[in-house]
Amino acid sequence: MTLLIGSLTIGLILSLLAFGILISFRVVAFEDLTVDGSLALGGATAAALIVAEWNPVVATLAGALAGATAGAVTATLHHRFDINRLLAGILVMTALYSVNLRVMGKSNVPLLSHPTVMSYADGLATTLFGHERIVQLSSWEAPGRDIAALLLMFAVAVSTGIVLFLFFRTNLGMAMLAIGDNSRMIRALGVNVGLMTTFALFIGNGLVGLAGALLAQYQGFADVQMGIGMLVWGVASVILGESLVRSKKIGLLITGAVMGSVLFRLLVAIALRWGLNPNDLKLITAVAVFVALVLPKFLSRSSKLVRRPSRA
Amino acid sequence: MLEVAGIRKTFFAGTPNEVRALQGVDLKIEPGSWVNVIGTNGSGKSTLLNAVAGAFYVDEGRIRLDGIDITRWPEHRRAKLIGRVFQDPFSGTAPTMTIAENLALASRRGQARGLSLALNGSRKGELRDRVAAMGLGLENRLDNPIGTLSGGQRQSLTLLMSALIRPSLLLLDEHTAALDPKSADQVIRLTQQFIERDRLTTLMVTHSMPQAAFLGDRVIMMDRGQVVHDISGAEKKRLRPEDLLSKFEELRRANQLDESAAEMLRTQYV
Ligand SMILES: Nc1ncnc2c1ncn2[C@@H]1O[C@H](COP(=O)(O)OP(=O)(O)OP(=O)(O)O)[C@@H](O)[C@H]1O
Ligand SMILES: [Mg+2]
Repeated sequence: MTLLIGSLTIGLILSLLAFGILISFRVVAFEDLTVDGSLALGGATAAALIVAEWNPVVATLAGALAGATAGAVTATLHHRFDINRLLAGILVMTALYSVNLRVMGKSNVPLLSHPTVMSYADGLATTLFGHERIVQLSSWEAPGRDIAALLLMFAVAVSTGIVLFLFFRTNLGMAMLAIGDNSRMIRALGVNVGLMTTFALFIGNGLVGLAGALLAQYQGFADVQMGIGMLVWGVASVILGESLVRSKKIGLLITGAVMGSVLFRLLVAIALRWGLNPNDLKLITAVAVFVALVLPKFLSRSSKLVRRPSRA
Repeated sequence: MLEVAGIRKTFFAGTPNEVRALQGVDLKIEPGSWVNVIGTNGSGKSTLLNAVAGAFYVDEGRIRLDGIDITRWPEHRRAKLIGRVFQDPFSGTAPTMTIAENLALASRRGQARGLSLALNGSRKGELRDRVAAMGLGLENRLDNPIGTLSGGQRQSLTLLMSALIRPSLLLLDEHTAALDPKSADQVIRLTQQFIERDRLTTLMVTHSMPQAAFLGDRVIMMDRGQVVHDISGAEKKRLRPEDLLSKFEELRRANQLDESAAEMLRTQYV
């Protein structure tokens, strides 16, 4: 039960990562590799500030802002200096490794002895369940603190999703959506595509940084390695979400990103429970993404092969 | 009013692939005038339109629109003044977005885009009226993704989008060339309707001699990056497609002559 709640909570935190990837990879069709770096940057920044006894909410938002800045740098390298998108992302991601070490001063910062946003979960647990440490849910029991953390992260993920959805209904957000769909058209309608893409990567990596900041506080430490593989993880969640909602409508894609992230996390937890070696996890994730990317094309090609003779 | 003075554009300058796409084009278009552009493939028609729209900066010369020098304006800034329809029906619309969303995007062409809702009830009502006025029955499909429409329907909507806010200049680049004859007719009729209703200053590239002869009030013919014929006024009113075809024929002969002359020079002097 604790395992299930933990997976759900991490899945919800990482749905912010999936939102970020949805914005860069889908909304503005920019293959942004900054993500591994900006996630760790968000975690590192928040952790450093929390240790310096900042208010945890402010520290978390600072982590998001740091991630956002990293995204804007990647976009600027591409648009201002004509560096290939992938290379721009790799440059920033690589540089961030050193930046993150500088920010934290060491490779790992424990947070357990400091007040973090998870302390709010403790407060919430007390209001909800009184001083019972263990809560009885019909026949299951779970620590009240974990349930409160889950509720808190659910609220964060859902409200972020709603804000994003509303943003994409505005004039500004709709113009951003059009970039990935037809950048030539939206430029002819007067949108500065370079600037708008920079803004999109700012928002996207801000969400990734936010995910990193929350993840660090949830797991109780920030680590310079915490971003490794997160890009692929997020892409996997987005793809899984897309296959669940089967639509290109932004509202459904946002919903799908949350569902995909949570489901993916659960699948991984189950696989680990069944004895999957954690060291193999990233390999398996990569293969799963590869299959998800290739399978639809392969299927449509083979179905065309089947259809062609009947048309003649 | 559009004023193009002495513009030149060379692609891949200084390489073996060098293309002198525009070699000194001068053109002045009066407000409300409709100019058709004809010419053989590769004569520089699209390059001229792209230069005016700002897809690239010209190497030399000036471009003024409504008295403003826009030579160094980036493309997105010129969009405030210019509406465009491309040849490819897929270029002008965002396929996964709905008809209403596409129109909402176009209704802020060249304006600041802030955090107010793009499509509220009254906005949608106005857009529905504009679509209904085209008479294609698309007003009942405002919430369908535009990608589900036919090429002709998409091109009609692109046309509506380009004129939703009145542009100082409308650029049409073979915008009916990719359509079947019936859709092409329909789009041309809409084009005429929009241009005449709003007195739009228009530059339209076409390969259809009947279109060039019977529509608009001026025809220019391009060849090798220059304007070689400019027909307007009474002469344009009398113009028939055959006259234009014979101009092409003349041009072909002159070019052949040029080539044989060049050949002669080569054999004698090289
Ligand atoms: N962006 C570009 N980069 C390189 N070369 C270009 C570019 N645009 C046009 N050209 C070249 O400039 C020349 C003129 O092309 P342009 O497209 O203007 O011809 P056109 O008159 O529109 O022909 P068509 O009737 O085939 O559309 C061609 O040789 C073309 O290859
Ligand atoms: Mg052309």
